[in-house]
Amino acid sequence: MDQVSWLKRRKRGIKDSKKREMPDGLWRKCEGCGEIVYHKELERNLWTCNKCGYHFRLQANQYRDILVDPGSFVELLSGIESTDPLEFVDSKKYSDRLTAAKKKTGHNSAVLTGSGRLGGHLAMLALLDFGFLGGSMGSVMGEKIARLTRMAIEERVPLITLSSTGGARMQEGILSLMQMAKTSAMLARLHDEGLLHVAIQAHPTTGGVTASFASLGDVIIAEPGALIGFAGPRVIQQTIREDLPEGFQRSEFLMEHGMIDIVVHRKELKDVVVKVLDFFTNDGPDRAEDTLGQARKQGL
Amino acid sequence: MAGWLEFEKPLLELEQRIDELRSFADDQNLDVAKELARLESKAEDLRKQIYGKLTRWQVTQIARHPRRPYTLDYVRMLGIDFTELHGDRRFRDDEAIVAGFGHLNSRKVVIVGHQKGRDTKQNIQRNFGMAHPEGYRKALRVMKLGAKFGRPIITFVDTPGAWPGIGAEERGQAEAIAVNLFEMSHLPVPIVIVVIGEGGSGGALGIGVGDRVLMLEYSIYSVISPEGCASILFRDAARASQAADAMKITAKDLSELGVIDETVPEPPGGAHRDPEAAGRAVGEAIERHLSELEQMGSVELVRKRLAKFMAMGEFKEV
Ligand SMILES: [Zn+2]
Repeated sequence: MDQVSWLKRRKRGIKDSKKREMPDGLWRKCEGCGEIVYHKELERNLWTCNKCGYHFRLQANQYRDILVDPGSFVELLSGIESTDPLEFVDSKKYSDRLTAAKKKTGHNSAVLTGSGRLGGHLAMLALLDFGFLGGSMGSVMGEKIARLTRMAIEERVPLITLSSTGGARMQEGILSLMQMAKTSAMLARLHDEGLLHVAIQAHPTTGGVTASFASLGDVIIAEPGALIGFAGPRVIQQTIREDLPEGFQRSEFLMEHGMIDIVVHRKELKDVVVKVLDFFTNDGPDRAEDTLGQARKQGL
Repeated sequence: MAGWLEFEKPLLELEQRIDELRSFADDQNLDVAKELARLESKAEDLRKQIYGKLTRWQVTQIARHPRRPYTLDYVRMLGIDFTELHGDRRFRDDEAIVAGFGHLNSRKVVIVGHQKGRDTKQNIQRNFGMAHPEGYRKALRVMKLGAKFGRPIITFVDTPGAWPGIGAEERGQAEAIAVNLFEMSHLPVPIVIVVIGEGGSGGALGIGVGDRVLMLEYSIYSVISPEGCASILFRDAARASQAADAMKITAKDLSELGVIDETVPEPPGGAHRDPEAAGRAVGEAIERHLSELEQMGSVELVRKRLAKFMAMGEFKEV
């Protein structure tokens, strides 16, 4: 994403959602190293600190702009919205939390789904938005991702998911847990159809999302320094009452332990995804079937 | 009366008194029929009073009852000649999950289940039924072995959750569970899931994807434990009872939400009060569902399994 297209977007009057998150002003304090970084410089570096490499948290539409070829994104399934099936109330009503999240983000769910081109390759994209109730997965996210996966199968294009989430949405109880099964079951079909799933994990990716679609990428890419895991570090610490090792549950730690294919700086993220798409989708699945068919004919 | 729940105690005391009176009367050759009848009727009233309107939090305690039958108890009660298979062929044998094969009413079946311990020693060995990644990987290995030979799979779910620890994370707890969901969704054999006690979150679901999902009457199944939910959303773990109500975690709730296919009735007061009766009910339900599922070809089976999970969730389209 370059500055020119940012400017174009502004001129076209597209809502610049990060404005809400970032205080107005020329500079910002880096949450990684505490240094003062100029806003413009941050923007140029795709919201990463050029001093310490800290990756600021992004919203789904910012990831869309980073990943997708300009002008090629078409939002899909945007009409699917949460209800409050359990009439859940904790310190607040779930329905009020939903209303507040919609107002705050300008979106109606914690996942942006659509189709777009990456380096020319058409793909389906599901981009999670941590700003919307912690990017948590309830019925809506499950439905949107499952249906998007089915569309990827129908269109025979790859699926890209980008996670940034605290996990399942407790306020939907067991229904949120079942979305793990739902998304994973649909991904099994995508796999059976010989199609590609690239899973990107951004800070943080934990809980039920990590234990379902985010860990089911044919290729798994993580941003540097992202917290990735099943249980949160606090829960683990409370359970085992031991200090956690240095760098525990961070991207680099996960790669070291064999759980992630590549840790990629945000500035190289699109290039790497496109490389993966170039390699695994150029006449990919059909060719693979042909090859298998040929082999069978030859009695191999 | 160690190992019994607070709300069960008045009934247990009364039942004890009835037993004492009966044996005393037998010894002394006394006619206490009238007094016995009075006490029996009182006990019946008390049973109705206690078990007729259990709160979700009380159901949770029955689901976690230290005397409740566990996976291997059901395997025995169902008369299965169980051969246990060990290990994930990667790291170690996780005893929080048992897996193996045997015959159920002359039918060859694969069995997988969480296994809790009865005492401290067993619980250390079984890690309180909280599996590590290798437990889920063992489960999948044995299920795939069964599927290779067309054997139906029965899983028993009974765990507080997947273990949250350093080793578990290092070895990919999330990945292990995710892969099980993925693979179980398209194994080409009938899969019947029975939640027998605690269905704790992803750790339960990790062996919980199948054609039929049954729950025992006093079991629970939830996205997070009531205590966990309380400490996060209510900022007070002591408000677990309130969290249990908010999350709706009983068999009755899940049946209404369309998540489970059947509630298996338990004897009055719970499976621990009459394990053999619970065993018979579970056996009857499994038999009935397997007979139905065996009528389907594997393509239809897998297609319907996907449709079943695709239908889960509530939302609106605007
Ligand atoms: Zn910095």
